[in-house]
Amino acid sequence: MNILIKNGRIIDPSANLDKSGNVFIEDGKIKNHPSDIKKLEKDQAVKIIDAEGLIIAPGFIDLHVHLREPGFEYKETIRTGCEAAAAGGFTSVVCMPNTNPVNDNASVTEYILLKARTEGIVNVFPIGAITKGEKGETLAEIGEMWEAGCVGISDDGMPVMNSRVMRHAMEYVNAFGIPVISHAEDINLSGNGVMNEGFTSTILGLRGIPNASEEVMVARDITLAELTGAHLHIAHVSTAGAVRLIRDAKKRGVKVTGEATPHHFTLTDKAILNYDTNAKMNPPVRNQEDVDALKEGLKDGTIDIIATDHAPHSEDEKKVEFDLAPFGISGLETALPLSLRLVKERVLTINEMIKKLTINPAKVIGIDRGTLKAGVVADLVIFDPDKSVTVDREKFRSKGKNTPFHGWQLNGSVAHTIVGGKVVFSV
Amino acid sequence: MVFQRKHILGLEDLTAEEIKLVLDTAESMKEVSLRDVKKVPALKGITVVNLFFEPSTRTRSSFEIAEKRLSADVLNFTPDQSSVVKGETLLDTARNLEAMGATVIVIRHAMSGAPWVLARELDSSIINAGDGSHEHPSQALLDLFTIREIKKEIGGLKVVIVGDILHSRVARSDIWGFMKLGAEVRVVGPPTMIPREIENVDVKIYYNLEEALKGADVVIMLRIQKERLGAELFPSLREYSRFYGLTRERLGLAKKDATLMHPGPINRGVELSSEVADDVHSVILDQVTNGISVRMAMLYLVASGGGNG
Repeated sequence: MNILIKNGRIIDPSANLDKSGNVFIEDGKIKNHPSDIKKLEKDQAVKIIDAEGLIIAPGFIDLHVHLREPGFEYKETIRTGCEAAAAGGFTSVVCMPNTNPVNDNASVTEYILLKARTEGIVNVFPIGAITKGEKGETLAEIGEMWEAGCVGISDDGMPVMNSRVMRHAMEYVNAFGIPVISHAEDINLSGNGVMNEGFTSTILGLRGIPNASEEVMVARDITLAELTGAHLHIAHVSTAGAVRLIRDAKKRGVKVTGEATPHHFTLTDKAILNYDTNAKMNPPVRNQEDVDALKEGLKDGTIDIIATDHAPHSEDEKKVEFDLAPFGISGLETALPLSLRLVKERVLTINEMIKKLTINPAKVIGIDRGTLKAGVVADLVIFDPDKSVTVDREKFRSKGKNTPFHGWQLNGSVAHTIVGGKVVFSV
Repeated sequence: MVFQRKHILGLEDLTAEEIKLVLDTAESMKEVSLRDVKKVPALKGITVVNLFFEPSTRTRSSFEIAEKRLSADVLNFTPDQSSVVKGETLLDTARNLEAMGATVIVIRHAMSGAPWVLARELDSSIINAGDGSHEHPSQALLDLFTIREIKKEIGGLKVVIVGDILHSRVARSDIWGFMKLGAEVRVVGPPTMIPREIENVDVKIYYNLEEALKGADVVIMLRIQKERLGAELFPSLREYSRFYGLTRERLGLAKKDATLMHPGPINRGVELSSEVADDVHSVILDQVTNGISVRMAMLYLVASGGGNG
């Protein structure tokens, strides 16, 4: 069915567009932005969505999601993860390879894509592992995974500690033009740390992960990107020092991009003061100075992308001693209202915020989405940036109810999510 | 003043008034311990479980005697005899104990914050008997009680805590307790064993033991855990002892009437030289006796306090 979305505020940063108007979707593609809609309105075959007072934007693209399938279906499945994405306004998700088995070969990639085609209501773009089994030792079959549909490589969750292996991975991907996504962490420095190292960890008697643990690896990977010319994307940047390193590298012309998550630019480690395992996260939520630096980085463009690092876990796994709880926050369904706080605080304009959720991530993985230009696949989100919402984890579509934002009063609510010209979510 | 708390999880949470109330109550309890019949019916009909996930003969025995003197029904639950080894979660274990009628759970656990899991999810009163590197409130309260008996007043004392502050729950609870009652607290140890930003709670940091000891009224020596050796925090016990071991000569830098404490068990020749270890023994025995009174006070206050109506 063709769709006419009328009377909305259309924001498409890929075309520097911000105007009131209409969007017409025909055969699953953006047809045009018609000004005269009388005829379309009369057409019985056209579904009409009234976007009065709402923003129409390209569907959000989440560059960092854990869908948990195959292997950890009790935490999340491709089906539930995609439903959560749609509810959060995301039309595409990029899923990390730390499943079981690890997505380190083309057959796992094909399995994920098959599942996504049959059960997923949004687009799924897999990331392949850098090394076999994410063990950091020998390169995975990156070329075959790329052929099968992987849009980047990463050993997310398990940093590649061996610099020579990382160097070779970065050289090798140049043949395929896909980015290397770095989970930047020196695991020797992190030790058995479970939270940010600082005053709060001292008070709580929990083992800390210093900022340096991230920063030494960001520095190393930037150095290797300079050596190899690869596109390096730094996942979940959490420290002021990492922001500085990326800013500096960009100035020198290094091909590096960075992402920040809503929880890292919203929370400090004080969220853990009651041993709340729902705020246990790797990299950990940090200090106020780090939060401020992330905002500064988002503002000046050092941080290109907002990604959720959606990491669902079961409730039982989180209701344990802090040391035993797994790292991770369920992020897809709170990303929009948390990002809109940046707009309210004047860190970003609404256009800049949308840019970091649409065209910027699309560019990193080289997909022709994240835009409302005529002729592209109709992936859109229609949302109310002001509507007041109370975060209720029980209402999450995701199986992962692990959010530190439960009960928070926020603004911003998705009205409709459209994928390939099909409405997949309506409030 | 009425004690309003349902749990005692740490001294960080308690106000100076609440700490004083525990100490005052412990004084009355000490009187019970001096009677011929060392028993009062205060906790009659109440089931207290000692849920000890870490071996601890002293603390557990002390709690057990305290509970029995208050006429509570006592159940000692240690993981090696239980389903914990079969993979049961902390919460399920505790829920089972609660279903058997426990209303007070005294928990010792190797992981910081474990008592919080129970306090959040259960109806019972929770007493923290030591969690990971976090807090050990009963130990700090008995240190405070002992020092108050000896020095009469805690405000204005110079208290030095020596050793592995980073991993010590005793240090954290002692810091809160002594600071809240107005003492000046110094910590001293190798920089690798001083936790980050601890100066934010207004303690003074020293890396030199002699400097730290000057003018001290109370010296608390922490036990060096030999298993830390592998963690590159210090090169050898020999070198540790050379720089941070307490000798008679070094102790001479403190005030003449300085009180030396050690939460035990002592590593002779490591944190304390053998001669100092002999000297310190009398206070250690006082601490053990006082430990029972302080734990009686904690149990009595949470079991009869506002939190339980």
